[in-house]
Amino acid sequence: MPAADACGAMNPAYTRAHEVAVESRGRLVAFLCARFGDVALVEDALSDAFVSALRQWPERGIPDRPEAWLLTVARNSLRDGVRRRAVRERMSVQLESAVEPATREGAFPDERLPLLFVCAHPAIDESARAPLMLQIVLGLNAERIAEAFLVKPAAMGQRLSRAKAKIAAAGIPFSIPEERELPNRLEAVLEAIYGAYGLGWDDLETGGGLSGEAIWLARTLTQLMPGAAEAHGLLALMLHSEARRPARTESGVFVPLSEQDTAKWDAAMQAEAEAALASASRTGGPIGPFQLEAAIQSAHASRARTGATPWAGIADLYDALARLRPSLGVLVGRAAAHGSAFGPKAGLGALEETAAIKGRFDYQPYWACRAALQSATGQQASAREACRRAMELTRSIAARRHLEKRFLQE
Amino acid sequence: MKYMLIMNERDSDFALRNDPAKANAYWGAWSAYVAAVREAGISVSGAGLQPPETATTVRVRQGKTQVQDGPFADTKEQLAGFYVIDVADLDTALAWAAKSPAALTASVEVRPCLPPMPVAQ
Repeated sequence: MPAADACGAMNPAYTRAHEVAVESRGRLVAFLCARFGDVALVEDALSDAFVSALRQWPERGIPDRPEAWLLTVARNSLRDGVRRRAVRERMSVQLESAVEPATREGAFPDERLPLLFVCAHPAIDESARAPLMLQIVLGLNAERIAEAFLVKPAAMGQRLSRAKAKIAAAGIPFSIPEERELPNRLEAVLEAIYGAYGLGWDDLETGGGLSGEAIWLARTLTQLMPGAAEAHGLLALMLHSEARRPARTESGVFVPLSEQDTAKWDAAMQAEAEAALASASRTGGPIGPFQLEAAIQSAHASRARTGATPWAGIADLYDALARLRPSLGVLVGRAAAHGSAFGPKAGLGALEETAAIKGRFDYQPYWACRAALQSATGQQASAREACRRAMELTRSIAARRHLEKRFLQE
Repeated sequence: MKYMLIMNERDSDFALRNDPAKANAYWGAWSAYVAAVREAGISVSGAGLQPPETATTVRVRQGKTQVQDGPFADTKEQLAGFYVIDVADLDTALAWAAKSPAALTASVEVRPCLPPMPVAQ
């Protein structure tokens, strides 16, 4: 039976199967992975189950409990696989005892949170963590993920296979970490999600990389862990960033934050960001780096209401952030904030501190910041040099054009 | 699941074994660890190893047996001992690895064991 009829209308059973796939894929994968331990086999079994669904449901009708149907078919496929491979007998007993009630009642526990923690387990190669989350929980294919991470599809495929094999072979448990471990392990999950969000951020020309997917993961995380302040902080941070995307370019020209037309900022998204920040502080936990970053973005966003950027407050927030997380990005952001709040000399001082701490580096924002501060203190020759370095270090034509216009044209 | 804990030590750690001022502390730490593993009932097998200079490495190439004085690789950390433990999952194995004295000064590699080879009929 074709997926669409002669008039082109979608076969309802096909559509329904597709809907179930999208809505419940993550939960079905997580539930089976938690009991079977072998991610690759689970994904294959579930993919086969979806293919069967798309073949059989149009002919036999959509089952009353489609997820239970899929679970049963996947379970049978895994069971047969286990018999053939003659391994993991312990696992298959767990699987049986869990799937039976799930298929009977049509409901099963949401294991996506343990699955996210598995993806970001310290035993997993750091460069595989975000890709794993995107593929296993969100169902993105390896090609799409490879493109976003700027690696060849074959290389990404291999990275993913290796990571899944590691989960199975090394026996990485599907569980939420203990209290003591939780903050560290959660941080790894958040870093991976934020890493995925940042892909393609510099590329002002094209869409938005995987920002939508990263935001979805963070939203899901806050729903699964409502008491985790940093998860809310991460969501707030990404939503604030995303809200400003429409204002970042104007006719292919890069528009720096201070010059952006606030009317172009997505107010609804900013409201959701503020709500997330509020949720973060309601948890009563200590303020972490993601919340501080989000607070900085919130301060920038306030320009839409007040007409001015509260630079002194932002400089304070950066000081606090730099104490917790003195990364290059934070230190340079701090220098820029000090420059705007207390004058370019103060900014240059902070930037010099950064160079002293971090040594030589090819970090584009450092050079862009340096160009701006040196230009403001009359050091035009150095500013031009710094500008050239900044231009060399970015792939974005719009960013290069902006830098050139600002520092290299008299 | 069975995991091998491969304990490594640096030259300076091996040297403690014979240092009259430090030997007691060194061996004391290891006996405490061994006792803990025994009490937990997780040990499949294990042994401390004599220092790297007591090692001899064998290779057979093109039908010729080459025997060489010393361990197989000249690295800063050397094999000092091993345990094979049977525990629920990787996190449990990692926790046991972290408790060993070797983790404090050098490193412990945690590797899952293959299932036993089927016996040839």
